[in-house]
Amino acid sequence: MPVSTLKSAYWTGVRHGAPFLLVIVPFGLLFGVVATESGLNLVQVMGFSILVIAGAAQFTAVQLMVDEAPTVLILVTALAVNLRMAMYSASITPWLGAAPLWQRAIAAYFLVDQTYALSQARFEARPAMTLRERMAYYFGAISPICPLWYVATLAGALAGQAIPPEYALDFAVPITFLAMVAPALRTLAHVAAAGTSVGVALALAFLPYQAGVLLAAVAAMAVGARVELWTGARA
Amino acid sequence: MTQSPLEIWAIILLLGIGTFLIRFSFLGLIGDRKLPDWLLRHLRYTPVAVLPALVAPMVVWPQATGGQPDLARMLAAIATLGVGYATKNVLAAIGAGAGTLYTMLYLLG
Repeated sequence: MPVSTLKSAYWTGVRHGAPFLLVIVPFGLLFGVVATESGLNLVQVMGFSILVIAGAAQFTAVQLMVDEAPTVLILVTALAVNLRMAMYSASITPWLGAAPLWQRAIAAYFLVDQTYALSQARFEARPAMTLRERMAYYFGAISPICPLWYVATLAGALAGQAIPPEYALDFAVPITFLAMVAPALRTLAHVAAAGTSVGVALALAFLPYQAGVLLAAVAAMAVGARVELWTGARA
Repeated sequence: MTQSPLEIWAIILLLGIGTFLIRFSFLGLIGDRKLPDWLLRHLRYTPVAVLPALVAPMVVWPQATGGQPDLARMLAAIATLGVGYATKNVLAAIGAGAGTLYTMLYLLG
């Protein structure tokens, strides 16, 4: 295969990934700031962004750590936030599953919301792409997104201590999460799941260590799946 | 936060390993086999099932106000949700929420 097709697939991925910097950089900055304000040191904050590389789960874990939740509950709840990635993994497998194991392992580490969404759309639109072209595109899409996640986190962590409480950063996490949820309310099933999630979480808020969050999530997933069956909608 | 450095690193490491295994699951281990529909049907709703449950108590009983409901934060949450739903744009929603929060905190003193 000519190197030029691989190169062009890679650079197409880079071009498609670049606009997501507008989401990744503020989100990474915010995590760096919030995690530092919560009491984590620089190495721990970077440990989160490099080893976990999943913003919503990182925010969740830090929030529960501030709430003094037991370690097991922190892990289960934060991993529940990442369960959607099992779906990404499943749906990207027909396209990348034939690659060597080491490539699949690296691809899995970088399987974040943006790289998944871009690649899935691209591979479906161009089924004639070869496996190597797909991998080149995938790593192209990663190139602007993931390194900047580390850099933005670092910048946020360094700025963190300098931000006074008047800036109401306590509310940065709820706003960020709501901003991620709202566009995802695509069907009645999604709305029903989110409504159930809110209702059960508030009703069970008296439970210690935010145990209500996990119960609310399980109930909401069941409601979403059930409503999807009733309405026949799948999005 | 009162966790010891050891506990903090245990959380970071285990969360990192767990997250990797979730991402690697099908790509690495299952190969081309198909997932059962009922499982995919539930996985589809994890983001909208988990995040609202986390956020709802923070919006209704904010820690910064000692758990008292707060008009500025409530309106900021509504603005974020409304703009996010209408525009499908995460950044626009964050901008609307932050703008509303700062405006209301300023106006309400």
